[in-house]
Amino acid sequence: MHVYEIGLWIFLLAAFLGFELIRRVSPLLHTPLMSLTNAISSVAVVGAILVAGHKDASTLAKVLGCIAVTASTINAVGGYLITDRTLKMFKKRDE
Amino acid sequence: MQNVIYPIFYLFAAALYILALKWMSSPSTARRGVRAGETAMLLAVVGTLLRFEVVEYHWIALAFLIGAAIGAPLALKMPMTAVPQRTAIAQAFGALAAALIGTAELLEAHPSGFAMAALTVEMLLGYMTFTASLIAFGKLQELLPGRPMTYRGQNYFNLSVLAGAICLGVLMNQSADPMSIFPYFVGASLLFGILLILPIGGADMPTVIALLNSYAGLSACAMGFAFDNKLLIVAGALDGSSGFILSIIMCRAMNRSFTNVLFGGFGALQQSAAGSAEQRPVRSASPEEAASILDAARSVIIIPGYGLAVAQAQHKIREMHDILTKRGVEVRFAIHPVAGRMPGHMNVLLAEADIPYDKLVEMEEINGDFPMCDVALVIGANDVVNPAAKNDPASPIAGMPILEVDNARTVMIIKRGMAAGFAGIDNELYYMDKTLMLFGDAKSYVSSLVKELSAQGNE
Repeated sequence: MHVYEIGLWIFLLAAFLGFELIRRVSPLLHTPLMSLTNAISSVAVVGAILVAGHKDASTLAKVLGCIAVTASTINAVGGYLITDRTLKMFKKRDE
Repeated sequence: MQNVIYPIFYLFAAALYILALKWMSSPSTARRGVRAGETAMLLAVVGTLLRFEVVEYHWIALAFLIGAAIGAPLALKMPMTAVPQRTAIAQAFGALAAALIGTAELLEAHPSGFAMAALTVEMLLGYMTFTASLIAFGKLQELLPGRPMTYRGQNYFNLSVLAGAICLGVLMNQSADPMSIFPYFVGASLLFGILLILPIGGADMPTVIALLNSYAGLSACAMGFAFDNKLLIVAGALDGSSGFILSIIMCRAMNRSFTNVLFGGFGALQQSAAGSAEQRPVRSASPEEAASILDAARSVIIIPGYGLAVAQAQHKIREMHDILTKRGVEVRFAIHPVAGRMPGHMNVLLAEADIPYDKLVEMEEINGDFPMCDVALVIGANDVVNPAAKNDPASPIAGMPILEVDNARTVMIIKRGMAAGFAGIDNELYYMDKTLMLFGDAKSYVSSLVKELSAQGNE
């Protein structure tokens, strides 16, 4: 099987899984859900590290890669922290 | 050896991302979901640093530090009312990262075939979402006017810019020298992002923010294809489907289609409605009168809207909620899905003020309770309670699901003046016999209600 074909299968299954999972999220939590998925998508930092840290990387690629690492780190750190901060505020009665 | 380890790290990371979203389904497990997400991110980063082709650490470590130093204070210091802006700017950062990684990879690896196509999609989505999120941020932060900016032939112009960006992308894939086309491709993508958001007004922001979230995810997903990295594909697809579902929910809550939100130009409808408006008598009440009505009620439903966020009235409302609850009045909050500027905006504001989340009730659940409710108190909401959506097929918001406040025994509306809401439509609710208009700023009016209530309780 072609390597991209595997990727497309994975995409298909993950997208449907995503639909099922998100459908179950209570509308109460839609704002923290957005900051969480935002933080999750900052897994793009993986690509940024591969570009910036590659042994044959040119200076330009390293610079672009490092800016990308910075941008995704802002997103990851900020995203998880704000999600947690938001969720902490959701309390039941008398808690 | 190293290259046997990292796929295992990635596999666990992907599993944890799925669990993170699963645990988000309920407030009791949601914080566990955040931990799972954090762990997954850590695994992904460590796994990647272990890969043998990654040899340069210094600059990456520095970039981590800078990123954390900017990201942490942003998240911890930011006031909760600024959550929509923060989401928009975070999406801009995420999209910028994706776009730059794509650019670097194009420069370095000279990819071809499928990888090049995936990279093109990644850059198109990345650059476009970057400027689009920046404009959305500008509108939410009120650096830019929040009203839709429209002009003649806008949709045709926007679509031709998009078509141009796509054509340039295709050319880049076929050309022997893609770098000669690359700057024009980037320019067209950036321009389309700006043009996409200019015509969008404040009330449509929830849909658009969710849609941009989806684009950022899909961009990461395309990166996964370009790098043949399954973890990126999974995480990107999860983010993409999440944003997509949320924007569908938002569209449904306004009875509008995607195309209508993106190309409808809601502002264009305003003139026709504004012409027929005339001076009609309304009943208004003083805080004293309003407080005694509230005090005598058995069941009160509060309907918050964006005006509450603007006035920062959530803490005062909590005081009022506490007083009324103590006197045996049942107080609940009715949350319309598109109230505010992003999905779930009102829930976060009220939770910030320590209002228990079981008091926040969704539209479908609470609509049946309005006939039994003594007082419906509308604070800073307008279009989401406008009965014209049900009764007037010619209204621009016809068919939009609303909170059926008009069924309550008494309706009280806190409002600065008689200006129309975002959609520019007059609201029948204001002129009904059972409606009392409470004119004033949401925060100061609720404060005086609190004062009156405590005074009356002491008599």
